[in-house]
Order: sequence, then structure tokens, then C-alpha cells
Amino acid sequence: MRRALEEIRIEHLTKSFDGFVAVNDVSLTIKPGELYSFLGPSGCGKTTLLRMIAGFETPLTGRILLGNQDITQLPPYKRQVNTIFQNYSLFPHMTVYENVAFALRIRKLPNPEIDARVREMLQLVKMEDQAAKYPNTISGGQKQRVAIARALINKPKVLLLDEPLAALDLKLRQHMLIELMNIHDAVGITFIYVTHDQSEAMSISDRVAVMNQGNIIQSGPPDDIYERPASIFSAYFIGDTNLIPAEVTSIEEDYVDLKCQAGGQDSFEIDSTFNIKPEVGQKLTVSLRPEKIAVSRTKPTELDDINVIKGVIEDILYLGTHTQYIVKVGNLKFRVFDQHKRVYFDEAALDWEEPVWLFWHDTDSWLIDEVTPAGLDVGEINVFERPIQMSRGGKRIPRSE
Amino acid sequence: MKPGSLYRRLNLSAFTLVMIFLYIPILILIIFSFNNSKIVAGWKGFTLKYYLLLFQNEQIKLAFQHTVMIALTSTLVSTILGVLAALGLENKRFKGRKVLRALVYVPLIMPDILMGVSLALLFNFLRVGTGMLTVFIAHVTFCLSYTVIVIQSRLEGFDYSLVEAAMDLGAKPWLIFWKVKFPLMVPGIVAAALLAFTLSIDDFIITFFTSGRGFDTLPIYVEGAIRRGTITTINALSTLMVGFTLLLVITTKRIRKLLLN
Ligand SMILES: Nc1ncnc2c1ncn2[C@@H]1O[C@H](COP(=O)(O)OP(=O)(O)O)[C@@H](O)[C@H]1O
Ligand SMILES: [Mg+2]
Repeated sequence: MRRALEEIRIEHLTKSFDGFVAVNDVSLTIKPGELYSFLGPSGCGKTTLLRMIAGFETPLTGRILLGNQDITQLPPYKRQVNTIFQNYSLFPHMTVYENVAFALRIRKLPNPEIDARVREMLQLVKMEDQAAKYPNTISGGQKQRVAIARALINKPKVLLLDEPLAALDLKLRQHMLIELMNIHDAVGITFIYVTHDQSEAMSISDRVAVMNQGNIIQSGPPDDIYERPASIFSAYFIGDTNLIPAEVTSIEEDYVDLKCQAGGQDSFEIDSTFNIKPEVGQKLTVSLRPEKIAVSRTKPTELDDINVIKGVIEDILYLGTHTQYIVKVGNLKFRVFDQHKRVYFDEAALDWEEPVWLFWHDTDSWLIDEVTPAGLDVGEINVFERPIQMSRGGKRIPRSE
Repeated sequence: MKPGSLYRRLNLSAFTLVMIFLYIPILILIIFSFNNSKIVAGWKGFTLKYYLLLFQNEQIKLAFQHTVMIALTSTLVSTILGVLAALGLENKRFKGRKVLRALVYVPLIMPDILMGVSLALLFNFLRVGTGMLTVFIAHVTFCLSYTVIVIQSRLEGFDYSLVEAAMDLGAKPWLIFWKVKFPLMVPGIVAAALLAFTLSIDDFIITFFTSGRGFDTLPIYVEGAIRRGTITTINALSTLMVGFTLLLVITTKRIRKLLLN
């Protein structure tokens, strides 16, 4: 069912509700056939943006173009865009079959054609054997599949998905995520995917737009946003990170010297390569991913291009695939992920309150041109506190006496 | 004996008492409709002659026809008006919505006699001759509040995202109404119609004030007959009505089950 694909251009789109700006001057281009995500915390305007593309909300200003056609003012029933609603919104008085057939019945297609296409769709979502059932007799995951079949049957140019997996439990969510990717591959149309779950967005998307308070903070491929966050918000929202308040002390040919306050008189020096062009004396924030830091009780010998600082282990959390250490450097706390490789360091396990060395490569000190917000530095914690997901099998290592 | 079981016993006996008060009179009525005696006192043997008399009585037949006719027409009209009113009251752009919504409830609280008298005065004022038409209008009037409220309460739980889903799939507003909204309203409409029908069939007070001479419905006829002292055919008639009501209750349950699958 491949068809001529068209790109979506969103230009300066703004929407407000009674003066409250829900979407603020958003511009972006989605390439044909792309799986594009809007990622951001609840209430940041993702749904509103999606509803404007679907035609359920009229923007205050701006345009939406599908190919060369301006669809900003078209009613939903005239757009070649279909939606998977957050709560599925299946018609309770129709069977699964009739739900899927709905769009074709509206267009008054001949019955044999409807039947063929409904069967094809039900097969795509693996629901052939449930055709005669009513929505209130099938499971959440099955409703999801029916909603997908129903939305795809009209061969839209774009499929919009608003937190499609939010109502499912974890296992099913992971399963459906893969299924969605397969369906995307099979139909080849553009998917716009809304989620507040960063891991979902990371694993499914070709590109992600990180949103906050109605604005797009950053957009790009997931790895790009993860490795090269342009703001404190995207560094924090995608993955875990350490945010270190720093001041530029000198600029060398291919690196920057930074002085980091660690509370009181304590400070330490680190280096970074240039991902932005700072000035001497400028205050900024360093984002340092926990898995980029190595932790050891022996000081590394080769020190070229490597930052080395000394700290004390405050907390150890065993997480199966890796161990998380909280290491105190002055008043700053570093979150460090250490995978259980014994290839490079043949040493006994680290213990509570043990002095250790933290070291990482210069290029991993990622500079963000923002002053670290108050509360992050004065709060004596430079790690954004997030609940640790114990569902991954986290287990606190008991303190040895 | 445990205190809990005492409580249960009290509850049970209260319940039994209520059932006795409710159903003993009906039971007596049914038994005596087969009693071979002109007065309701003592068993004089089984007979079906009052049922035969009932079917030979032209007045009763006529009253029965009137009742059914009025019930059917007023149910139809008040249900249709009820659907339209409920849909209108749902429209947020409609300014007088709150006031009207409150006004709809008034006839529910207003005593029947007040409604009867006021309607009678109105018909008199407009010089409309009392008869079938006035009874029909009166029945539509008092049924309307009930149908609006029943249909409206079903609409309140309506999931608006279904309308959006239909729109998203290419349905224009008119089709959305017929394919999605209306089918989901049907159980409410059926419930409203059944309520209107039962209300109309056994109304006495309002009919009494608006029917005038010469247009009797069953309740009006029954009242007259009892006043004249012919109690026995009335027993037979009432027994048939009890049977009819039971039938209605059972079919309603069936219909509901069917509609809500
Ligand atoms: N119809 C509406 N009326 C008023 N405010 C709204 C409406 N829809 C959304 N909002 C507000 O706009 C903001 C963004 O909402 P939404 O787009 O649903 O966020 P998200 O989907 O990212 O959680 C929220 O603060 C929400 O309260
Ligand atoms: Mg949302």
C-alpha cells in the first residue's frame, strides 16, 4: 500500500487557550515516511500540536502543509491524516470488523472491496480471528491493534499516535513498540508519535523533537540528542546526566579549561573540547553522562585528554546490567554507571566510603551554554534527582562493616 | 445469638412486611377476580364469567382503545421531542441552556393536580373542546420532562472522543450523528419511551381534568365504575393489567440486553 509520500511542514504554529500558550511558535519539517516523535513532559503541548495536525484544533497563527497543500483550515474529515487516540476510542456498538470497516463504509465502497481491505488490515495487526467481537470484550493490547487497523485502512499519508502505549503494562508496551515499528516498515507512511517516555521515543524514532512548555527545545536523531544535548532540559530529559556548574578559566588551541565549584572553597579543574565557543570568565554547565565516567581505586596512568578527579563513594546500587555509584566530590554528587567488565581493571569490588578516582575523556565533558539553575548547585547535588527505576531489578548493596 | 444476626433478622422481617403491604392487595385482587360473587367477601367458587363480561363490555373496549392510542401517540411524540430537546440542551453555544435545563425538572416536582387544573384552565381559555386532543396534549406535556431527563442523562456519559474518531475517519457531522451518536443514544431513547408509555397508560389525575365527558381512558373508566359499585369486572380488568405490566417488564429487560449486547 505504498503511495506517493509527502513531507509535512509546520510553520510558526501557535495555539493558546484563554491566553495560556500551549504551543508556542513551533516550526519543523517531517520527512516523508519518517517516524517522528514529540517528546516532553506532561502538559508541554504535545497533544495540542498533534490535534492541530489532525484538524481538531485551529491554530492561532502559523500553517501546516502536507506536501504543497495548506491543510491548516481543513476539517479533519478532509485530511489524509488519521489518528490513534490515547484511549483508542473504538465504537462500542460496532464489532471489531465494523470498526475497521468504518472509514470505507463512509466512502460507500462496494462490499467485496471493503471485505478484502478489512481482512488485509486485520491480518496486518494480527486480529483476523477477533473480527466478530465487540470492543468491550477484548484486551487493551487488542484494542490498540484494532485502533491501528481502523486508522490505517483509509491509506492516510500520515498516522498520528498520541501516547499509544501509555495504557498498556510494561511487557505489552515493549512488545507493541516493536510491533509498531514493524507496522511502520510495512506501510511505509509517515508516523508522528507523541510520548512522554524518553526510552520509548529513543528506541522507536528516526527523529525526536524534545518539547517543553509549548516550545521545541531541540530536534534530531535520538543519538544526536543524547550525545549532543543543546540545553540543560534536553540533557536531563533524555537519559541520566550529571550537571556540573563551571566557569571558563582559559581557552587553549583545542580544549577549554574549566573550574568547577564543589561547594565552599573546594573546586576542581576539568577540560573539554569545543562544542560551543565560550569566552574566558563565562559561566556555563557541563553535562556528563554517568556511563562515560570510569571509576577506580587506582589512578589512571595515561592522562592525555583525560579528566581525573578524586571523590568518595557515598552510595552503591546494583542494577543488573550495571552498578550505579554516587560519588561525592566536595559537595557535588556524581552519578556513575559502571558495567561489570573485568577486562581493564582487575580489582576487588568498590566499597562504601572508599576514596576513588573518577576519569573521563575531554570530549565527554559536554558544554551547555546555560548557567546551572539555582537549586542544582546550591542544593549540593549536581545530579537531577529522579526516582531510580527499581523495576529493572535494582538492589542496594548492603554496607559492609 | 450474635448481634449481627439479630440485625439481619430485623432487616429480613422489615423486608417481608414491605412485601406483604405491596403484594397482598394485588394477590387478593387477582384471587377475587375469579370469585363467583358480586362482592369481595368470602370465596363462592371459581368462575371466568367476569372475564367474559369484560370482553362483552363496549365501554371498556372503547376506554382500552383510547388508552392505547393516547399512550402510543404521546410516547412517540414526547420521545421525539425529548431527543431533540436533549440534543439542544447539550449544545454549549446555546445561551438559555441552564435555565431550560432547570425548567425541565419542574413538572417532576409539581403535583399532578396542579398540572391537571392548569391545563384544563388553559384549554378552557383557548376554547379548545376537551376530548382526545386535549388528553393527548396533556400526556405529551407531562411525559416530556421524563423523556428529556432520561435521554439527557445518557448523553452526559457520552464519550466525545468517539465523535472525533469518526470525524478523523472521514465522516461528516451528519453521518457522525447517524452512525455513532444516535446508535449510542438508542438504549436511552428506548428507556425513555417505555417510561413515557407506562406513565401515560396509568395516568388518572391529569387525564381526569383534561378529558371532559365522553372521552374515557381505562383509569377514568375504572374510577367511574367503582363509584357505581361494579367492582367485579374491575378486578378482572386489573388482573389483566397486572399481567400486561409483568410482560412489559420482562420484554424491557430483554430489549435492554439486546441493545447493550
Ligand atoms: N481544550 C483546552 N482548553 C484549555 N486548556 C487546554 C486545552 N487543551 C490543552 N490545554 C492545556 O494546554 C497545555 C498542553 O496540553 P497538552 O497538549 O494536552 O499537553 P501534553 O499532551 O503534552 O500533555 C496543558 O497545560 C493543558 O492544560
Ligand atoms: Mg497528551
